[in-house]
Amino acid sequence: MADTKPNTLQVAVKPEFPDASAAAVKQDFTERGIKTQNVRTARKITFDFPLSEDDIKRLETELTDPVTEFSAINEQISPGDFDFMVEVSKKPGVADPQGRTAKEIAETILDRGVGEGSAYTSAQYFVKGGTEEELKKAAVAMLANPLIEDMRVYDYRTWDRRTGLHTVPKMVAGNGLRAGYVNLGVDDNALMEISGKGELSLNLREMRTIGSEYQRPSFVQERETFGLGPMPTDVELEVLAQTWSEHCKHKIFNAAVHYVDRETGLTIDIDSLFKTFIKDATEELAKTDKWKDKLVSVFKDNAGIVKFNNMWNMLMKVETHNSPSAKDPYGGALTGVNGCHRDIMGAGVGAELIASTDVLCFADPDYAGYLPSTILHPDRVRKGVFKGIEHAGNKTGIPTVNGSVFFHDSFLGKPLVFCGSVGVMPAEINGRKTEEKVIEPGYLAVMVGGRVGKDGIHGATFSSGTLHEKSPSSAVQIGDPIVQKRAYDFLIRARDLGLIEAITDNGAGGLSSSIGELAQISGGCEIYLDRVPLKYAGMQPWEILISESQERMTAAVKPEKITEFEELSRKYRVESSVVGKFTDSGKLHATYGSDVVAHLDMEFLHNGVPKMELEAEWQRILHNDDPIIADDSDLTAELTRILARPNIASKEKMVRRFDHEVQGGSAGKPFVGAQNDGPADAAVLRPFLDSNEGIILSHGINPLYGQIDTYHMTANAIDEAIRGVIAVGGDMERIVFNDNFCWPSPLEDKHKMAQLVRANMALRNYCLEYETPCISGKDSMTIDTEYTDQEGNKQKVSGLPTVMMSAMAKMDDARNFVSMDAKMPGDIVYVLGVTKDEMGGSEFYTSRGAVGDSVPVVDAKSAKVLYKSLAEATKHGLAASIHDASQGGLGVALAETAFAGGYGMDVNLSKLPTQDVDKNYKALFSESASRFVVTVDPAKADEFEKTMGSVQYARVGNVRAGDSFYVRGLDGRTVITASIYGLKDAWQSRFGWN
Amino acid sequence: MEPKALILTGNGLNTEKELDYSLRKSGARTRIATIYELLDRDVTLRDCQILAICGGFSDGDDLGAGVATAKRLGKLDEELHEFYARDTLIYDVCNGFQIAAKLGVFNNEDSQIDATLTSNDAGFFYDNWVRLKVNPNSRCVFTKGLDGLYLPVRHGEGKFVTASPEALQRLHANGQVVMQYVNRHGDVAAQFPENPNGSVDAIAGICDKTGRIFGTMPHFEAFNHMTNHPHYTRMKREMGAGVDDMEPDGIKLFKNMVAYFA
Repeated sequence: MADTKPNTLQVAVKPEFPDASAAAVKQDFTERGIKTQNVRTARKITFDFPLSEDDIKRLETELTDPVTEFSAINEQISPGDFDFMVEVSKKPGVADPQGRTAKEIAETILDRGVGEGSAYTSAQYFVKGGTEEELKKAAVAMLANPLIEDMRVYDYRTWDRRTGLHTVPKMVAGNGLRAGYVNLGVDDNALMEISGKGELSLNLREMRTIGSEYQRPSFVQERETFGLGPMPTDVELEVLAQTWSEHCKHKIFNAAVHYVDRETGLTIDIDSLFKTFIKDATEELAKTDKWKDKLVSVFKDNAGIVKFNNMWNMLMKVETHNSPSAKDPYGGALTGVNGCHRDIMGAGVGAELIASTDVLCFADPDYAGYLPSTILHPDRVRKGVFKGIEHAGNKTGIPTVNGSVFFHDSFLGKPLVFCGSVGVMPAEINGRKTEEKVIEPGYLAVMVGGRVGKDGIHGATFSSGTLHEKSPSSAVQIGDPIVQKRAYDFLIRARDLGLIEAITDNGAGGLSSSIGELAQISGGCEIYLDRVPLKYAGMQPWEILISESQERMTAAVKPEKITEFEELSRKYRVESSVVGKFTDSGKLHATYGSDVVAHLDMEFLHNGVPKMELEAEWQRILHNDDPIIADDSDLTAELTRILARPNIASKEKMVRRFDHEVQGGSAGKPFVGAQNDGPADAAVLRPFLDSNEGIILSHGINPLYGQIDTYHMTANAIDEAIRGVIAVGGDMERIVFNDNFCWPSPLEDKHKMAQLVRANMALRNYCLEYETPCISGKDSMTIDTEYTDQEGNKQKVSGLPTVMMSAMAKMDDARNFVSMDAKMPGDIVYVLGVTKDEMGGSEFYTSRGAVGDSVPVVDAKSAKVLYKSLAEATKHGLAASIHDASQGGLGVALAETAFAGGYGMDVNLSKLPTQDVDKNYKALFSESASRFVVTVDPAKADEFEKTMGSVQYARVGNVRAGDSFYVRGLDGRTVITASIYGLKDAWQSRFGWN
Repeated sequence: MEPKALILTGNGLNTEKELDYSLRKSGARTRIATIYELLDRDVTLRDCQILAICGGFSDGDDLGAGVATAKRLGKLDEELHEFYARDTLIYDVCNGFQIAAKLGVFNNEDSQIDATLTSNDAGFFYDNWVRLKVNPNSRCVFTKGLDGLYLPVRHGEGKFVTASPEALQRLHANGQVVMQYVNRHGDVAAQFPENPNGSVDAIAGICDKTGRIFGTMPHFEAFNHMTNHPHYTRMKREMGAGVDDMEPDGIKLFKNMVAYFA
């Protein structure tokens, strides 16, 4: 007979086999100075549904590997002699993917359904050594995140093994399902209290605007017919807060800005930064012969869509997930990456995913300063974020191909986690253009994928504000990549069968945003909240509508196709539910059973938010801190030191955890060269395996330059991303951008606002000059964190203003790919481009605690000539290697070229094209833009030089056999004498595998 | 005969695109099907000669790599045996290999699991290309004439272990050990990263007693074009455009599979 009490199954690795996950934990303990003699792990599954004794025995046999594992049922497993056991389980309501799989597999094994109950998993760590106190402290810091996980520590010697054995973290949801009203007829303080307490992130003007909407007589009258009173329901107020959040509405980028430049006296009034500097530039380019007909869908969908070839279009979107990653690095990054994947899945009628990119900014991994309990240590953040990206990409079969890691202590409060996704879609399916979302009244709104829970409530409003000690933990989520992968497989099939008329993802704001936005196409919608499948009973209507529970898409399906759609969905074991209907009523109308819980004017919802008015005032801040380098006659130690700097050093040991080969089209990999360990400038992949056509992905970022001038920071980011494309064999013809802005709040700071204006000005100017349009983008305008310091004072840490530019380019023939490693002794080494006295913001200055004022200035006109010439050279196979000189300057680029190739190099800088450079350290470490190190087969040197034409370049040396790396300086005297192995070792040993 | 291959994917398996291309390029007809299509009897193995089980993360590897999906496939026991009895080939790569191992298809003693795949010694997922030597005396029909391979691995649970020293001995004696990780000098590699997971005897791939089921951690299908090779640009500098006329190691294997039915 089946018993109703929960059953537990515990599985551990047999003592004679190494326990790999325990080894990593032991290492983490050691790094924290805790000496442990032994660590082992076990996993526990608690089945909270009826099972007979035979059932549980059967599950035990089937779920234990007879070779490597042993198990216990309904009693505590014991893998040996220990002092403590730490058990970590999910808090009630937090997604538990392993538990979900365990339930599904129990049903498979037992060949029957087990009903509504769930299975829950927890991890057990058995520790010999250490004290309870230090274990508890370390465990909180490395094993559990108290926001989402419960941790129990048991003294293994005295613990009654039955304690906690059958703990079930079952979600008991709230009560009362009726929508309540919120009275906005109150004074300003009370209005702001409503906004603050409800995590609405609405400002006073917005609260007042909403208040007056409910005074409008015709609206009041109309509401009466649905039995609704003259004030907003909680559902309506929440929908407005999500839709009007900075995260969704980009209010700062759409604000009216009064900009004053104190340097030049210039004053400008700008009506929307986005429209003026980004969208208009793209529209201008769209009219040119070069881009006519190629920009298929820009700035209006979840991703930008451009032409790939006559049959296919390609797509790109880069999102940020900074606030969630600060709170829970693993879950934040995981849901960030998988969320951005859904932007590609939710473009037009849906697209295929072909690649992910990840650019990350953290505080110093060795940070040793004060840390309030609300801020996680940067190294923990880094590890968690990497794990999240690993699971998000690897488990969904999307290669992670390009990225970088940047360290600066301003990112202590919020890391920057840029998640990029790239896709392709057929230009047409059955004669219908795939980029078009078509929704007629009567089409059904179908939710596809995961269920809705209380996880992820207020993500949009939470990420739109400053992080503070009471930021809600409900905004933090764990993702379940397999649920999304299943939904993805199904949706692509459904798309190809013509079953989808439009699709979008459920991200920020949940169903309120996804259906609300799609409803703009038809002109209205009805949402049936009682038909939304829930993870557990007892959720409030407003929670159902705005929950950001993961792995969900919303599709518009014709009523006559819904049966076929639902049947196919079942075939893929994906849950699809009709949760609404599109209308042309002009209203967002939501019901719960027979009750109307929201009735909002679509026009007010989407366009009613009052325009912000912001002041910007630019006054350059001079640093005047150029370090004096008295003696630069020997720079060997200097180069070695720079190579080991966190921002320069190899990230290979972090990145090899990402699958960059899946889908089989990998050409230019993240690491290249003789030992597969040189740093590639960009990724090259072939999305269609039967074609040689390729896609290049690169990016540019350097927040250090923004300390001097965000105008030039942005120009450098654009230039660096283009250099990456050119370096791997691409050309200027088909480069498009996604722009990401991450900014400390400029709302009450005229300088930060001016920095934002200047960054936008550069974006417009350089995109126009290079003829490289932005096709999509995203801003995150509050990278600030408040905390309380040791003395109890309120403090704020704000990230540096950051522009990250991601480039995507079509490559006609991926076989023209060029890698950055020196190829053969005797090859000639060239430096292309001019090296200037531009040490400001350089790694060299930063390493000396200085900023400087001479930031690299991009000369786009001459750079364009260089890029076109070099692209011509690579088309004819004239370059053996090309490496972009960026952070760390020529010194780093030359050294990397040599050691990645496994050869030495002789370099003489006396003929180097320079401008105002009189010192060797400047020649080697200035970070002037638009420069490359190129090696060329001597037999092709003449042709190469002819192709370079008017470009400023110099032959600076040769690749040589052996390991000697010699550099003669501007005056011809030797300044570097090193072995490539020594340099490489410095570059590689900064970060370990852990 | 042009053999027909069924490529099994879905539920987190994910290498169908490159397997499909590699098999087609090598002369097979292909059909991509999800595990559920097979379980629901929407597709059948009856008219197929090749079954290829994809790599990936079926069921998220949530209860150990391949464990959950092996249980799902267990429902197809009869159909799989029928298929196997027809002198057919089964290619199990990465997660497919893990699933097959958990199903016990490489066993010599019917009643017990001889070998399994477990967490890498290093404790983490690792992606890189590895060097392999092929056992010329193995029974494996897939790898005939191949040697000195360079292929990508990307997994977190690829450590091959046996239930006992005897079981390992049996595999060797039966010619079931197909490939081993080697270092740059061609010697069997014991250490990370040449041996990326710590497999016993550096075993990277094995076959069943007939040589018609091949389980491999390295991904042959991910080396389907010369540009996949990490040293493509170096080879091009050395030999010029001739590199594009070379046959990728991965394709050689799929051609062997197709040739088996010639």
